[in-house]
Amino acid sequence: MALDLLHEKGVPLDRQRFTWRELVGRPISKLNDDAFTRVRVILMNGVESESVAFLHNLARFNADLQKPAGLVRRVDHHQATMINWLMSPDHSPLETTIAYEQVAIEVTAHVALHEPDPYLAQVYRFGLLEDFDHLHAYSALLDRLEGKDSNTILQGYSDVLPGRRTVEEHRSPEDDLRLPYQKMSAHPLSKLNALTILAGEQQTRNYYMNVGPIFSDPVARQLYAEIASIEEQHVTQYESIIDPTETWLEKWLIHEATEVWNYWSCMQSETNTRIRGIWERFLDYELGQLQVAIEQFQRIDGRDAAEVLPEQLPDPIAYESHRKFVRDTLSAEVNLRADGAEFIDVEDGEPERTLEYRNYMNSEGSPSESVRTSYQWQPGTELMQRAIALAEDRRIH
Amino acid sequence: MSNATKPTEIGHNKTGIATSPIGYTRLSALGEGEPTPETSALYSMRLSFSGEADPVGTMPPPMKLKGLAKDMMARMKGEQATVLLDKLGERLAYERTGVRLYDALLVKLAASHTHDPTVTAEALREIRDDELRHAGILASALESLGADPTAVTPCADVIGVQGLGFMAVLTDPKTTLTQCLGTMLSAELADLAAWELLIELTDQLGHAELAASLRECAQEELRHESQVRAWVRTAVLGQADDAADPESSTTH
Repeated sequence: MALDLLHEKGVPLDRQRFTWRELVGRPISKLNDDAFTRVRVILMNGVESESVAFLHNLARFNADLQKPAGLVRRVDHHQATMINWLMSPDHSPLETTIAYEQVAIEVTAHVALHEPDPYLAQVYRFGLLEDFDHLHAYSALLDRLEGKDSNTILQGYSDVLPGRRTVEEHRSPEDDLRLPYQKMSAHPLSKLNALTILAGEQQTRNYYMNVGPIFSDPVARQLYAEIASIEEQHVTQYESIIDPTETWLEKWLIHEATEVWNYWSCMQSETNTRIRGIWERFLDYELGQLQVAIEQFQRIDGRDAAEVLPEQLPDPIAYESHRKFVRDTLSAEVNLRADGAEFIDVEDGEPERTLEYRNYMNSEGSPSESVRTSYQWQPGTELMQRAIALAEDRRIH
Repeated sequence: MSNATKPTEIGHNKTGIATSPIGYTRLSALGEGEPTPETSALYSMRLSFSGEADPVGTMPPPMKLKGLAKDMMARMKGEQATVLLDKLGERLAYERTGVRLYDALLVKLAASHTHDPTVTAEALREIRDDELRHAGILASALESLGADPTAVTPCADVIGVQGLGFMAVLTDPKTTLTQCLGTMLSAELADLAAWELLIELTDQLGHAELAASLRECAQEELRHESQVRAWVRTAVLGQADDAADPESSTTH
């Protein structure tokens, strides 16, 4: 289905309304809904939260945009609420964390595969292998703390294996900065990709910062502190690939277009008809919000929105398992490291600033290593093999 | 290893009105009193959500049945079978989490000092291994009934939510061994009652062999419960003795 970004009017902003009861609808089922429904819920909460944060900043720097930004932002906030409240409360915070890492792996893998700029594709593959390792560390924690199998959340779509070891991911901020796309020459998809992944990583960082302190277990508290720090690095990385010379209004347009593209993608892949109704409704809302941004862009920047936005949306995000791509990337690129904006092999030697930073951070122990000593994912948790052997032993004797 | 401060010492706890700046106020003077629960807006709002809520999930489809499983399942009607499989899944989840609770209790024991010679790492490991073996027995039972033991059944999901509170107490470095033993007593009491019900259900559905195997587990669970209950009793009564004689020290 083609969607004309510039001419589809969607639902006018003044008709985008909610009641409290509507915001708090029936959550998804942790057991019965497809894992990708949960992936979409988590990502879209992040995309909306990014929009809210962006429009706050826009308002702080542009007095004459405070009113339209405020009107759009209030709706964004309530969209984020309705989406985030779809997470059912029987997910433990750690189970939700497993799902967050699945978002980071599967959505980043799709983006890396479809990104037209080879340097940016490399940036995504680099980040992907780090989130992949987080899933392994958190799976060990889920098994060893709650006695649960992370595959009950992943539903077999994502592997649980070590990636680039988290202990090796800590870098000095200079080595998290990448080169930005050029706004005039970049493919529109590059802009949508960058903002989508940035939104997901920002949301992940915020989630870990919120739930980390609710754990009692000191290993869990340390692991969340450690991985939240990597997510902060990822936010640094992904915001640096976005052209900083884009005007506030250009950025607003791209934010709205990103939301449209994402809801349009979700709508096409959603298997839960009730949730698909939400994606359809919010696609119409975003088209209405895009019209507000276009109007302001034309008023203030005095340019035609067609200079920034593509007429047709790129292909939708495919919500599917990327197992083979992830494994291939792992075997080819696990030894990549960063030297400023360049990617190097570990053998070439990382910058002293990063080594010094990393060594100090790890000097009193590494939570991500301690939590998974000798851990290997097994169906039904690592306990089950011995459990069945003990049961068998009792039966025989 | 543990901090010298005991939680039963008098300190600076500020949670009561008596220690607050406004001082003590008669509660009856503050408002019109508690509304009748059934007429409150809170009650109505909760009730309306309950009427519309979906279940946490449903049972997974059965695996391909063959041999013994096919015979056993043929004797039960569809829903009878899923009730049993759901409860077996619940116990499996509980026992597995139980292993992790005893793992945490072993850390707590190592960090504490107790004068009760019966609270030993060996005793805790023995219970832990019982829980682990029970998990194995339940997984095998599920498989023999044609069910996937890696699936989370609805009751397993709910019991998982329940277990989070136990785990939060057990893994907190601030909690004492006595507080953790008290928490384990709650866990063991609930476990024992659930095993008894599971056996009754299995008997009712005519699985005598499975029921016999579950009965052995329940016997061990009964031992756990009485053992933990005795530890809690010794610890709490011992603390009261300590209060009379500050020089002595039992379990914290």
